[in-house]
Amino acid sequence: MNCGEFVELVTAFLDGAMDEPTELRCLTHLAECDGCETYLDQFRQTVAVLGEQPAQSLPTEARDQLRGAFRALWRD
Amino acid sequence: MAGARELPPDEVLVQRLRDGDEETFALVLDTWSGSMLRLAMSFVSTRDSAQEAVQDTWLAVIKGIGDFEGRSSLKTWVYRILVNTAKARGTKESRTVPFTSLLPEEEGPTVDADRFRAPGEPYAGHWAVGQKPQPWHIPEDHVLRGEVREVIAEAIDELPPRLRTVITLRDVAGYGSEEVCDLLEISPGNQRVLLHRARALLRRKLEKYLSGAHDVAGGRGRA
Ligand SMILES: [Zn+2]
Repeated sequence: MNCGEFVELVTAFLDGAMDEPTELRCLTHLAECDGCETYLDQFRQTVAVLGEQPAQSLPTEARDQLRGAFRALWRD
Repeated sequence: MAGARELPPDEVLVQRLRDGDEETFALVLDTWSGSMLRLAMSFVSTRDSAQEAVQDTWLAVIKGIGDFEGRSSLKTWVYRILVNTAKARGTKESRTVPFTSLLPEEEGPTVDADRFRAPGEPYAGHWAVGQKPQPWHIPEDHVLRGEVREVIAEAIDELPPRLRTVITLRDVAGYGSEEVCDLLEISPGNQRVLLHRARALLRRKLEKYLSGAHDVAGGRGRA
């Protein structure tokens, strides 16, 4: 396996979505290639930052309307 | 917004909603609406329209919570209503995003071929000299980390819609691959291609940002 092949397999590798021989080839490549090890680590960090995205939010007005609609349903 | 409150388990949540507990409703509303907005943006053409799709979804949830059968998680149920609502809007705005097959621009290498040694050279396909990814340091400092998140947020907005949809569900909203395939009616292989492509694009944005910004004290000036 070369680096050009490895970089296309990172998501499958992280998802555990590859057959054993391919996974083994990835692990072997990683053991001897610090460039791809860095690439993999950067992918992980990218995913981690994505998980930290602050929520956008509904405008207060829309939010209040929805709360009102919820309340109204239980009033009658 | 940091440190969103943990939601109680589904049974509790659903029961409280059925009992008309407004605090619980406000809690799910605030916890999910953000990623719902971003997801809706993948299907429609404007922010207003995305907002309306999210509002319509919540109204449908309020009316339909009595019929929720618990065959999927509450969150999946809510998001499926959103996807259907947003898709219907998108169709009206003639901005459909079918997922049945990959587009030509969604295939092919995700890393620039120039970064690897050319075919025929010794070590062909391995990182070329000076092109190997350099280790990063994503700052722990709140302000700087906030900047990194902003870079990512902008980059998500710039992604082609299908890539944005998949990465929003997987990495921002935290869905597993099976759920995403279900929700979008997409094959596992295609899901992975789209996700991988989206992540590779975002990694490149971060690489560019962090290599340009890291040595510059107090700002993001150019090196
Ligand atoms: Zn390598």
